[in-house]
Amino acid sequence: MIALSRPVLARRPDWATLPVLIGAAIVGAWIIVALTIHWWSPYDPVQLVGRRLMPPSAEHWLGTDALGRDVLSRTLYGVRHSLPIAALVVAVAVLIGFLLGAGAGFVGGILDAVVMRLVDVTLSFPPILLAMAVTASLGPGLRNAAIAMVIVWWPVYARLMRAQVLAMRGREHVDAAVTSGARPARVLFTHILPLCWSPIIVNASMDFGQIVLLVASLSFIGLGAVPPTPEWGQMISEGALHFYHWWIAAGPGIAILTIVLGFNFLGDALRDILDPRSR
Amino acid sequence: MARYIVRRLVAMPLLLLGVVTIAFLLSHFTQADPLTSIVGERQMNNQAVVEAARKRWGLDRSLPEQYLVYVGNLLTGDLGISFRTKQPVAYDLKLRLPATLELVVAAMLIGTAAGVALGVVAARFHDRPSDHAARLFALVGASTPVFWSGLILLYVFSVQLGWLPGPGRIDARGAAPPFVTGMYTLDSLIAGDFATFRSALSHLVLPACVLGWTMIGIVSRMVRASMLDVLGQEYVLTARAKGASELRVLLNHALRNALIPALTIIGFSFAYLITGAILTETIFAWPGVGSYAVAAARELDHPAIIGVTIVGGAAFLLANLLTDIAYALVDPRVRVGGARGS
Repeated sequence: MIALSRPVLARRPDWATLPVLIGAAIVGAWIIVALTIHWWSPYDPVQLVGRRLMPPSAEHWLGTDALGRDVLSRTLYGVRHSLPIAALVVAVAVLIGFLLGAGAGFVGGILDAVVMRLVDVTLSFPPILLAMAVTASLGPGLRNAAIAMVIVWWPVYARLMRAQVLAMRGREHVDAAVTSGARPARVLFTHILPLCWSPIIVNASMDFGQIVLLVASLSFIGLGAVPPTPEWGQMISEGALHFYHWWIAAGPGIAILTIVLGFNFLGDALRDILDPRSR
Repeated sequence: MARYIVRRLVAMPLLLLGVVTIAFLLSHFTQADPLTSIVGERQMNNQAVVEAARKRWGLDRSLPEQYLVYVGNLLTGDLGISFRTKQPVAYDLKLRLPATLELVVAAMLIGTAAGVALGVVAARFHDRPSDHAARLFALVGASTPVFWSGLILLYVFSVQLGWLPGPGRIDARGAAPPFVTGMYTLDSLIAGDFATFRSALSHLVLPACVLGWTMIGIVSRMVRASMLDVLGQEYVLTARAKGASELRVLLNHALRNALIPALTIIGFSFAYLITGAILTETIFAWPGVGSYAVAAARELDHPAIIGVTIVGGAAFLLANLLTDIAYALVDPRVRVGGARGS
């Protein structure tokens, strides 16, 4: 009866709201750029292809930088650094947080105590300071920046995962499985973990944008990508040196803004769908 | 209630010790030799100079020994000596802390005020154009790198329009006001020097707006959600039925209760503000802790990096603790857990 109160054949499913569509379009467009840019890039991103510091023109839509490289080409190529790094960091941080958090919640005891104290301490640092300290000690570079980001981010997922496992462990279907003689590993993997994913997914989608931002920030400071890598944060720091030639920083800035906005749109919408309480 | 607060207070020093230990270990498992930043690349071949420097900076001792010395010194407020400035890190930080505090407090005021206002507007005009516009504005703020929006705003308002001064805390010709708090706007008011006050305030506006914009999103989101909640309740209907004006209903009846859950975001926003302050200070040549941290990280100045990381961690812990306690006091349903920034 309740089902009948709504049109049976809705033209658009519930989740396909405008923010989701915009977010998906932006992120999708950037993914396509990342995959195909080497076929249609106007210029080579690291070659000197024009006069220095030329404002936007018909040949160079976003102008040229201090060395005479094409800003548009460099901006488009930049996504090949930001996107894979963000994906890698999220994947590794989720994996580590998932294993340690689920282990801590399920096994308990000393493992739980050790993991959770480590989580507490790591989360006591402001993220950027910890990331800066780690990259400063490992040495600059995108690879080390990525390692720093994983160190900053895994505790968030460990804590989430542990809370989820603890909540699910008390459910009746888990008791039923235990009484019917299922081994602990089976209980964990088939009865508990499948129910724990939605907050992890919501968080991961929200964090994607944050990670793109933080990688760019580290590069801007000089701890991430090193020249001549066409990385957005690094390009903006070059733009800051040539402050009056505003177009050098314009391209990468807009690139960061759009991709982070896209992820935030998606994450916001996902949160509304998967976690109705925060609507 | 009291037990909850006591437990949090007891955990504080332990967490701090953890922060100190991790910060210390991080800067000692480094691939780059800190000696290069002390004696300089050219002197690195000079064995005598290198040995003397190693001994002078205590780098010849074992790691546990260095750790104990460091923690011992820390208890007396000694954070070591910066390789770069050759001054005590604690002294450097003390000089620079007021500038950062001034920036962060100003940004927090702007961000909170704008966030609450936008949240109320968004909730009142739920799902209408002003709701969407408010949410978009907040989301763009959270998605824009401050080191870029700072550049753009500087270019537009300082270079093109000439309405606001460029980077720095005060006009190059002007002198800093006599030291009381170290915050130029406050100090110049205390000294009754309005010319300096105007100069300091006009320098503060841009960086504070840039930084404040980043936290509008989380504030307005929270306020909007709890306002929507409260506006649907019966006492609001009663107030409306009794003929209270719309403004009175919104501000006196609804917002008052809606602000309680919004308290939790102070801890969250603090994480944003620290991150943002470091980058904002770099763009605006703001002589605070953030630009100090960046310079230290670039030049592998380990004592300074550990010092800033520890002080930042302590400030972050304190902000989260205060948030949790404030929240527990306001809302007795919260006994354990509580929200924190990540």
